[in-house]
Amino acid sequence: MNIVVCVKYVPDATADRSFDSSDSTVDREGVDGLLSELDEYAVEQALLAAEDGDGEVTVLTVGPADAADAVRKALQMGADKGVHVEDDDIAGSDAVATSLILAKALGTLEYDLVFFGMSSTDGTMGVVPTMVAERLGLPAVTYGSEITVDGSTVTVRRDGDVATETITATAPAVVSVTDQSGEPRYPSFKGIMAAKKKPVEDLTLSDLGIDASEVGLGAAWTKVLSFAPRPPRSAGEIVTDEGDGGTKLAEFLASKKFV
Amino acid sequence: MPAERLMPTEESIDLIALTRDIVDRELRPRVDAAERAASFPREVFRTLGRAGLLGLPYPEEYGGGGQPYEVYLQVVEEIASAWASVGVGTSVHALSCFGLFTAGTDEQKQRWLPDMLGGELLGAYCLSEAHAGSDPAAMRTRAVRVGDEYVIDGAKAWTTHGGEADFYKVMARTSEGSRGISCFLVPADTPGLVADNPEDKMGLMGSTTATMLFDGVRVPAERRLGEEGQGLSIALAGLDSGRLGIAAVATGVAQGALDVAVAYARERESFGKPIIEHQGLAFVLADMAAAVESARATYLAAARLKDAGRPFSRQASIAKLVATDNAMRVTTDAVQVLGGAGYTKDFPVERYMREVKVMQIFEGTNQIQRLVISRGLAR
Ligand SMILES: Cc1cc2nc3c(=O)[nH]c(=O)nc-3n(C[C@H](O)[C@H](O)[C@H](O)COP(=O)(O)OP(=O)(O)OC[C@H]3O[C@@H](n4cnc5c(N)ncnc54)[C@H](O)[C@@H]3O)c2cc1C
Ligand SMILES: Cc1cc2nc3c(=O)[nH]c(=O)nc-3n(C[C@H](O)[C@H](O)[C@H](O)COP(=O)(O)OP(=O)(O)OC[C@H]3O[C@@H](n4cnc5c(N)ncnc54)[C@H](O)[C@@H]3O)c2cc1C
Repeated sequence: MNIVVCVKYVPDATADRSFDSSDSTVDREGVDGLLSELDEYAVEQALLAAEDGDGEVTVLTVGPADAADAVRKALQMGADKGVHVEDDDIAGSDAVATSLILAKALGTLEYDLVFFGMSSTDGTMGVVPTMVAERLGLPAVTYGSEITVDGSTVTVRRDGDVATETITATAPAVVSVTDQSGEPRYPSFKGIMAAKKKPVEDLTLSDLGIDASEVGLGAAWTKVLSFAPRPPRSAGEIVTDEGDGGTKLAEFLASKKFV
Repeated sequence: MPAERLMPTEESIDLIALTRDIVDRELRPRVDAAERAASFPREVFRTLGRAGLLGLPYPEEYGGGGQPYEVYLQVVEEIASAWASVGVGTSVHALSCFGLFTAGTDEQKQRWLPDMLGGELLGAYCLSEAHAGSDPAAMRTRAVRVGDEYVIDGAKAWTTHGGEADFYKVMARTSEGSRGISCFLVPADTPGLVADNPEDKMGLMGSTTATMLFDGVRVPAERRLGEEGQGLSIALAGLDSGRLGIAAVATGVAQGALDVAVAYARERESFGKPIIEHQGLAFVLADMAAAVESARATYLAAARLKDAGRPFSRQASIAKLVATDNAMRVTTDAVQVLGGAGYTKDFPVERYMREVKVMQIFEGTNQIQRLVISRGLAR
């Protein structure tokens, strides 16, 4: 079973993130980046699925030079090799363009399953897995909180608000996993040493036969027109209990539609 | 604010990042409750072990990380900056493997070292006795040769990980005098070996300390490390490296205390401005920062001597003395900076102060460090 995990290099969600004022895209310079924490779950599931077979786990990323750090982290966790698509013209790409690049890159690889995290921690759209599946004409089983791979069948449990679904698909297929799918492992120091020797292939748009006009900020279907920092939190409202405290609390909750 | 570190290699940079990640996600959320409840965090050591952090200073051929002390000690410091007991435990584990690595035969090393460094096992060492702490040559625990075995009887006091460890490096007397001590590697499940009730300590509650009682403990002769009579020199050689570990631990705790104090002093106001803007307090913080960074520089200087294969015994004692005395001052000052709040358990600084105190005592009291340093000068 060969598996490709698509991972994204994102600004650290615990840092002060903001937009770049010149083009209203996410500021990737000002904060440290890392492998999206939600993608660590996908790496974990891919490693587990590949564990007792003789297949390989390839980690694929589209992103700037620093995105190599995300690939390296996944290799340290245990993935076998990396593919990094990097091109200045990719900057500002939206989900549609990203899915195009990923689909083309997947076309150069051998795989049975393609794993994704449920969404990125910066854009948080969660649509790229299905877009990639659509482009490749593959079944997509998404938001899996339990993943079982048996032969060429992948079974996914999907926890919804009102029901739990169990969905199966036959490889080749696209799978996205949630943060309930199982805690990702830490790399080990041996993994850190081993990752130094693992191959990473660098690809550009022209390697993939993609014209620069199809991707980047110019090709984006949506555009951020303006942004403003969220106003600082205002002080809460203190209810003094003068015998009617309970009523006031109930009124407050009702006004916020909590009850 | 994380300490500024100049790491020698790319993998050591990644190693520090891995350590910080594990520290933030696995240690910080647990330390307060575990220290209050005096519960030993065995699972945390397994996590560290699986990540390869318990075997770092030993060669890769035995399952270690092949890292120089310069790197290994900074990992220990990072661990201790969040949880002193676990930092101490990491250093004690490394020390418990030291005898086998330095004095064991190739066969002994190949047989036992990979498991000891593999991360699932935890070690302890038994040198001190109730009446023989600073002067271990006064020990009384005996190992008597009977056929292919030694039979050990006695009590080894103050054993860190006592009752929790999987193996014990034990110093016991095989004949009279300081050259009459031998070193043994004793599995925890050997009949006759039990831990007494843990000590009720001032701090480091998450690190179990107990007297190990030896009642006719039979150890195969092949588990003796080095020759009969070499035990004390094996133990003391290990202590040189262990002292560097304690210096790193103390520096980590001091860094943790400094970080809490600075963050508090930026927020807390008196007389209409943040207290960090009162020079009288700002200078206290400046002295704390200077003490932390000079402690780090001192243990790293000693570590680099060791890594280069040069004698480093005096420098190790200097590093232990400087780092633990500095840390005592820094953690005491951190309580001061927090005022009344610092004296409560709402903040970790009072715990840091209690934890650092013992670092001036174990692995050779700071008086004994001065003894080692001054004897070296007199020679
Ligand atoms: C929490 C904890 C964990 C420990 N872990 C271990 C362990 O894992 N393994 C182990 O073997 N031991 C361990 N120890 C023991 C530790 O190493 C001893 O406590 C230490 O060596 C001091 O010995 P002592 O307590 O007997 O003090 P003593 O030797 O009785 O010293 C009492 C005082 O006299 C001073 N003193 C003694 N001799 C001199 C001298 N010649 N000149 C000047 N001053 C002197 C000392 O500095 C000290 O201030 C641990 C101790 C503690 C508290
Ligand atoms: C156990 C205990 C019992 C107490 N009992 C009582 C009691 O019975 N009654 C009562 O009224 N209070 C009591 N207190 C309060 C005590 O007096 C205060 O904690 C003390 O005055 C310090 O104030 P603070 O804690 O607000 O520290 P802060 O005023 O916030 O000071 C924090 C730090 O900043 C330093 N600092 C502040 N201003 C300056 C400056 N201008 N220049 C230089 N440094 C500065 C301080 O020295 C300290 O190191 C008690 C406190 C404790 C811990």
